[in-house]
Amino acid sequence: MQFEKNHDGPIEHSLEIALETIEGLLHDRYTLSRRAVGLLLLQEDHEIQEMVKESQPTILDHIEKIISGVKATYAYPIEYEIALLRRDEVERIINRVVKVKEKEQGIAEKVSALMMNPIAGFPLLFLILYFGLYKFVGVFGAGTVVRYIEETLYDNHLNPLLVKMVAFIIPWRILQDLMVGEYGILTLGLRYAVALILPIVTFFFLVFSVIEDTGYLPRLAMLIDRTFKKIGLSGRAVIPMVLGFGCATMATLVTRTLPTKRERLIATMLLALAVPCSAQLGVILALLGGHPKAMVLWAGIIMMVFLFIGFLTARLLPGERPSFYIEIPPLRVPHLGNIFTKTYVRVKWYFLEILPLFLLASVLIWLGKLTRLFDFLIFLFTKPVAMIGLPKEAAKVFLFGFFRRDYGAAGLYDLNKDGLLTGDQLLVACVALTLFLPCIAQFLMNLKERGWKTGVGISLFTLLISFGIAFMVNLVLNKLGISL
Amino acid sequence: MERKDRIEELLESLWIITVEGQKDKSDFALLRDDEAIKDLIKMGYVFVKENQLGLTEAGKIEAQKCIRRHRLAERLMTDVFVEKSKLIHETSCKFEHLLHKDLEKSICTLLGHPKTCPHGKPIPPGSCCRGASKEYLKKIIMPLAELEIKKKGKVAYLQTGNRDILQRMIAMGVLPKTEILLLQKFPSYVIQVGKSQFAIDKEMASQIYVRQV
Repeated sequence: MQFEKNHDGPIEHSLEIALETIEGLLHDRYTLSRRAVGLLLLQEDHEIQEMVKESQPTILDHIEKIISGVKATYAYPIEYEIALLRRDEVERIINRVVKVKEKEQGIAEKVSALMMNPIAGFPLLFLILYFGLYKFVGVFGAGTVVRYIEETLYDNHLNPLLVKMVAFIIPWRILQDLMVGEYGILTLGLRYAVALILPIVTFFFLVFSVIEDTGYLPRLAMLIDRTFKKIGLSGRAVIPMVLGFGCATMATLVTRTLPTKRERLIATMLLALAVPCSAQLGVILALLGGHPKAMVLWAGIIMMVFLFIGFLTARLLPGERPSFYIEIPPLRVPHLGNIFTKTYVRVKWYFLEILPLFLLASVLIWLGKLTRLFDFLIFLFTKPVAMIGLPKEAAKVFLFGFFRRDYGAAGLYDLNKDGLLTGDQLLVACVALTLFLPCIAQFLMNLKERGWKTGVGISLFTLLISFGIAFMVNLVLNKLGISL
Repeated sequence: MERKDRIEELLESLWIITVEGQKDKSDFALLRDDEAIKDLIKMGYVFVKENQLGLTEAGKIEAQKCIRRHRLAERLMTDVFVEKSKLIHETSCKFEHLLHKDLEKSICTLLGHPKTCPHGKPIPPGSCCRGASKEYLKKIIMPLAELEIKKKGKVAYLQTGNRDILQRMIAMGVLPKTEILLLQKFPSYVIQVGKSQFAIDKEMASQIYVRQV
């Protein structure tokens, strides 16, 4: 499109003349047309500025001079002036060739309005969480499917076979332990990744893709924005937060989509502290399944910690308040092919990124046991564990909890099976473990995304908070004489 | 031009040069024999020092009021009468002198207490802008946040100094003359622009000024 050449100010400051001058300076080896590059330069697009700086560094000064001349004649940024002119041009064309028919409100619009209605929206959210997350991922995925794969396939067939094979190939006991011992690479690391985590995460990503493709997430973002503003985030942060219920490590990576550093930091911290991942959720729900009161209390406490710590951080952390806008696309019936592709790509990413960390965790546990370092660390944990009213066997659970957050939860499961825990202790342990340090994969992701200082800081902070809150919960339960 | 109008114009010019241009004084040479300048000096609004003109404290207060009236008049011309841009300045120049005290307040209220003129320069706030909540006049221009649900508004102007937010508005196609249908206010603002729907927060909805249609 051409801009008009007449202009209030000096003629060389008119958009069209300035643009043509810039076009004349550019060579034509850019992937975009010279006019497009010129337009983007006028709008001070950083990427294009960098591109031209690299390709034609000598003309940059001249271009900047032209642009500052144009800028001086407008009160608003140039992208705004261009947007106005472009809109007028679009309207001129549209009015000539397009006729718009008003459509009746269809069923999709009605459901959409219901989803965004604060009164109907939250019960609807609850239903989606209950059936999508709890029933499908939790009960069916983490329960039925995992039990089948882990117990039937792995424990009965695959593991005995692996143990025999390794024993045959490697004669040394220590190395046998590393491969197929109690915490061995093959028997623990690989089994965990393939038999336990993989199905849970696959089911979660399946549900997540369905929810994503219907267009529900922006509606959820719109519902939650006001609440999230109080904890220093905007509605947009629901996407990493919901993803965090699947895999907090992947969710930490997705915090990249948040616009400011401050939001990314707050989201990373809350993901580390108070968002249990699907693997952890599965085990915790199983543990507390027999104690409905404890389960409600657990959910309430975690939610309060999430909001309270978020609120405090938002108060203490300097920086601009986040601003929120999101497009609300029409509701759609998801396309099956898209869902499978998305789930496949995510599961693949997960597997390639996380599997090495599982194996590494196995090696570290093996090393820790071999060097007796673990015994020492467990000894260190005994005191705090006793302070929150748990038996000393639980110390081991917390240490392993760091290597696999869900593994810690699984350890708790074993303790409970042995009848070592009361209902109160179960609640305290679940609270502590949910809030406890992120697993090693998330820890490494925190270091990678937020820098090592912040990453370590977040970990120490979660350690402190988890024991602090657990201590208080235990104290309150004791003082009030409640036994669950 | 009447003497009084001339005095106001001079006060405005001095305000733009000295207060907004952040200089102490202005060159006197051109205006040496202007009767209006002599009046202004006599009234104690303007001082002369080393052949330069400057505003006294009392002069600044008076000049600020003039500027406010001028820019309000410009807003009135653009937003309400939808005047062609070339004529705005001339018409406003004449109109501003008719705007006094109560009329000025009413127009400021009708326009939703705008903070800048159509050219983006600041409008000094008046006493009415501070107590803006207790209003009995029906506004013509108001922030989108104050529009009623299911009502349509046509964007009059965007009031934001934040370039990121301005770019988000551009991305949504929210530009002057765009029609917006307000669908919902709580928990977030939901707007329909053309065939697209967007959710925005209260801050952004308060920075989009619309004329109800």
